Parts: sequence; C-alpha cells; structure tokens
Amino acid sequence: MNTILIRNVSPIYKNAFKLTSRLFADAAINDKIDKIVKNNKVVVFMKGVPDAPRCGFSNAVVQIMRMHAVSYDSHDVLADENLRQGIKEYSNWPTIPQVFINGEFVGGCDIMLQMHQSGELVEELKKVGIKSALLTADEAKKESSK
Amino acid sequence: MQLSIRTVILSRQMSNTTGVIANSIRNKLQIALQAKHMEVINESYMHNVPKGAETHFKVVVVSDKFDGLALIKRHRMVNDLLKEELQNGVHALSIVAKTPQQWETSDQVIESSPNCRGGFGK
Repeated sequence: MNTILIRNVSPIYKNAFKLTSRLFADAAINDKIDKIVKNNKVVVFMKGVPDAPRCGFSNAVVQIMRMHAVSYDSHDVLADENLRQGIKEYSNWPTIPQVFINGEFVGGCDIMLQMHQSGELVEELKKVGIKSALLTADEAKKESSK
Repeated sequence: MQLSIRTVILSRQMSNTTGVIANSIRNKLQIALQAKHMEVINESYMHNVPKGAETHFKVVVVSDKFDGLALIKRHRMVNDLLKEELQNGVHALSIVAKTPQQWETSDQVIESSPNCRGGFGK
C-alpha cells in the first residue's frame, strides 16, 4: 500500500520541481536577453551564424545587414534551446529571425525586407548613429555627378 | 473588389492550398480581418519535411483593419490570430499585410520565400 502511494505521489513532486526550475530558467534567460539587446545597438537572433545561416529567412536578414554594412551582435538560437524559446517570449513574436535596434524589437525577415525596400531601415539606423553603406554610396554617386 | 487578371491567375496557382491547417488559417483570418483578398500558400514543400506537411506558410491578407497601423502591429495581429497554429506545428509564417488601397497600387506579385538552408528540425 505504502509503495503504491509513494509511486503515485512521487511524479507530482518531480513535475513540481521541473516546473519551478523551468520558471527560474525563464527569468534568467529573460534578463540575459534584456542585457544583450540593451547593450548593443543592433542585435540579430537567428538560425546559424552570419557566415553560415541555417535558414533562408535568417540568411535574408544577414544579406540586408551586409548591404547596409551594419555591424551587429548575432546569436544562434539553434545552439541554445533555452534562448530559442526565451526570445520568442521576450518579444512576444513566434518566429526567428528577430532584429532589435537600440533595445527595441523591430521585426522579423518580412519587416526587415520591407524596411530595406522603403528606405525606412536607413532612417532607423541613422537614429542610433549608424550610417548605412547604401547612404554613403548614394552620396558618393551624387558627389561624382555634380 | 476588382482584381487584375494576373492576380487571379497567380492566386489560383499559388493558393489552392487545402490542408486542414491551411483551412483553419484561412477561416480565422477571414473572420477576424474580413479580408478583401487572401492567399494562404503552403511553402512546406521547399523544406525538409514530409510530403503534404503543413509547417511553412505564407499568407497574403488585404484588409481595411490594417488602415493606419504600422507593419509590426499588422504582423502582430496576424501572429496573434494564428497563435494556436504557431504553437502546434506551424514553424514559419511569412506575412504580407496590406490595406486595400496599398494592394491596389502595388504590383500584386507575391514573391516566394527564400530557400531553406537546412536549419529546420535541427
């Protein structure tokens, strides 16, 4: 009788323990992400690394950043499952990649692509003191045609 | 709303997605956003998933409800409406969210998403 009782009860303890340890982990990852996005002007959470993206959407964001010659802090969510879940909760955004500028969540691949096409990205970068290479190239062109 | 012939052809080719999840996506967006135009495109075939899988989608939604809302807010609306799907197997969701006016003046060509680079399921 006693053994049955213990057997039945112990999984509940185990689950309760798991649950609390998960909650602590969540709080820790939240703080970690908060520090990352607030200490860097541009941060990209992506699949893979800039030299070897492992998802087409992440690759598109890398290519956009490259065109603007923006240096950024990148984090590979495939290397850290805790980060992969944590970032989705932090920004309340369900997909990867995710781009942050000046601590603010800006968007994923679709939004970056549209901001790039509309010229909005150049403006957003300017606001945080980053001059896009596209702007520099534009000015050089105007200068030479004078 | 009047649609150009090109759009109709395009949507016939691209959005005849009829899976269970595709239908659920279509219904939820239609009801909540009263879309004037909608395409639900299953792009799963571009990825390393079983045939007929419903994991990667692109949705095109044209709605008055997007009027005056920044892109990120429109995307958040769509993401929120499809929360259940995104938590249960839908892994990628690409969104085109336009107002009827923006749609009319755009070229109405929906480009397909970038190719997979093998990160899925890893």
